[in-house]
Amino acid sequence: MRFVDEFRDADKARALSAKITSLCEPGREYKFMEVCGGHTHTIYKHGLEDYLPENITLVHGPGCPVCVIPMGRIDDSIHIARRPGVLMTSFGDMMRVPGSGGNFFDSNAEGTNIRMVYSPLDSLKVARQNPDMHVVFMAIGFETTAPSTAMTLLRAEREGIENFSVFCNHITIIPAIKAILDSPDLRLDGFIGPGHVSTVIGCRPYEFIARDYGKPIVVSGFEPLDILQSIYLLMLQLREGRAEVENQYSRVVPWDGNRTALRVIAETMELRPYFEWRGLGFISHSALRIRGKYARFDAELKFEVPGVRVADPKACQCGEVLKGVLKPWECKVFGTACTPETPIGTCMVSPEGACAAYYNFGRFTRTRVREASLS
Amino acid sequence: MSAPPSEREQQVLDRIERARKRRAKVREERITLSHGAGGKATQTLVEAVFLDAFRNPLLAPLEDAAAFTVDGARLALTTDSFVVSPLFFPGGNIGDLAVNGTVNDLAVSGARPLHLSTGFILEEGFPVADLIRVVDSMRAAADAAGVAIVTGDTKVVQRGKADGCYVNTAGVGVREHPGELGAATVRPGDAVLVSGPIGEHGVTVMLARGELDIEADLVSDTAPLHGLVAGLLAAAPGVRAMRDATRGGVATILNEVARAADVAVVVDEEAVPVAAEVRGASELLGIDPLYVACEGRLVAFVDGAHADAALAAMRAHPLGRQAAVIGRVRPDPPGLVLLNTTFGGTRICDLLVGDPLPRIC
Repeated sequence: MRFVDEFRDADKARALSAKITSLCEPGREYKFMEVCGGHTHTIYKHGLEDYLPENITLVHGPGCPVCVIPMGRIDDSIHIARRPGVLMTSFGDMMRVPGSGGNFFDSNAEGTNIRMVYSPLDSLKVARQNPDMHVVFMAIGFETTAPSTAMTLLRAEREGIENFSVFCNHITIIPAIKAILDSPDLRLDGFIGPGHVSTVIGCRPYEFIARDYGKPIVVSGFEPLDILQSIYLLMLQLREGRAEVENQYSRVVPWDGNRTALRVIAETMELRPYFEWRGLGFISHSALRIRGKYARFDAELKFEVPGVRVADPKACQCGEVLKGVLKPWECKVFGTACTPETPIGTCMVSPEGACAAYYNFGRFTRTRVREASLS
Repeated sequence: MSAPPSEREQQVLDRIERARKRRAKVREERITLSHGAGGKATQTLVEAVFLDAFRNPLLAPLEDAAAFTVDGARLALTTDSFVVSPLFFPGGNIGDLAVNGTVNDLAVSGARPLHLSTGFILEEGFPVADLIRVVDSMRAAADAAGVAIVTGDTKVVQRGKADGCYVNTAGVGVREHPGELGAATVRPGDAVLVSGPIGEHGVTVMLARGELDIEADLVSDTAPLHGLVAGLLAAAPGVRAMRDATRGGVATILNEVARAADVAVVVDEEAVPVAAEVRGASELLGIDPLYVACEGRLVAFVDGAHADAALAAMRAHPLGRQAAVIGRVRPDPPGLVLLNTTFGGTRICDLLVGDPLPRIC
């Protein structure tokens, strides 16, 4: 398949793998965080870690938006969805993220009507098709999906759609990266920068990572060769003693981002003073809310939202796992209070999260799996 | 080699292993859509509720059909319900799906399908013309499979209590093949075959719902497999188990067999036949064709020595022209499905909890 197979070529992968290995200094351990959940998915789906030498570890970062939403916001969503006459829409992978009393599927089993949409704009279609219902789009995602929510708000206004509002849970990536960098026990050597977010915000916002923290970051595409090449570029920076922002995904990401997308976000949304992240706690200026000008489309104002706070149990050490300080099994609640069926922290929510993957398959070391597959 | 786990890590792993061995328990208070998707949630429901209540030796293997003997006659019995939406889709409709589904459950159990029953649950207001279309398709599918629909039932429910039309079929067949087939008989060294390109039914139905602005030249793969199976069993005595890869797709079948036989199944992604349209749609939607339903494809586990004969027999049948050997059975690690990816890596190909969900990023 064109535009896909070129980026999955095993020969090129082997060549890159050899170059990466040749850059490893003997006895040194390298830890890189892939910030974005999409990268984690690629790494997992293609078995990319088999191409990395043993002393390079990838740490799965906080960039899976459905995994970092706190339980309280899910409970709030379900509270809104329970109101008579409400039809809620959200993205597919939001359906299975647990709140304190279950996920959206469980909630539908109790009588709510929460439907999957592929685009926020589809919610307007649903609103037009169901004039007797009030359609609430449960908006979630980083700067990647915020522009399409913004466009939906603008279109709702232009078309005068009355039975529609947005429960805004958009978050921003930079404060989360900063929260990780500010940790005194950080063990990361560099970052694989989020690709899709950067198509919107560009590469400039990452400059502080290199300048103030001395860590290299390479904005990366989502095909497996993109990620391998980004790891190679990170290793090259370390070898040459550089800490810079590099753009591996230049075929899609402009250095200055997408001004139109940024403009529509700024037109419709503003920063919240603070927002809670599952596993990371409260982070200032890390999320967006709908501007007053569009208040009539703001579900938080339209409905009484209880503002449920479900505190992460104190013992949850997601932050430490995310920062690469702890291994999943070293967390106090791992495998007891926190399991894939009853996840507490973000690392256990997504099946590709570090803790869920270790819970399911930790008993099989990568070596054992690799040997079995080749035998 | 990576270092063996430390003592503390091993304690954690042991604790997880103990939890894993505990009896399956349904945690949800109510049924959710995930319970019907064929993945982990379905498996838990079947084991914790149905198997627990009905426990008997014929049900226990959880094969596609129950195999038993009456006065020396070796029979197989199966049932299946169909709730597909939309009812009509490119390549078929709920009617031929319902006949082919039960014919295939019998066929992969090594039985020649004999007689079918059918039950209809109709919603008030459902067009009679549509019902006639469905029933005509059922008759045509039954004729093609050489079976007769010999008994049936009809119920009508109030408007809003059903989605137009639901169909149940059950079937009885005679097991003329002398061997005992079953997932538990699969052993290391066996070859894993699939009878054709995967995922076409599932993707066709997803696109036919019209919720995605994607168009593709695809039709459902719904078809009766009894002829292909007869050719396969005649040509390859080493067939140990067959399953039709419906709900949950090929990956779910492989996991069920890996668990039942306590073996590892190693699949080469590159060898798995997937139509370009299915691949393209799956890439766009962020789902994996290995988990997408087929309605006319089977997975066969065959003694490695008979793999070539089995493949040739499948390919000799019109429904098996693109059949392929997609993997091998290994002893270790037991209960797992491993995938050698086209990219050259390895990953564990686990059961999904429920339906594959599109990703937002």
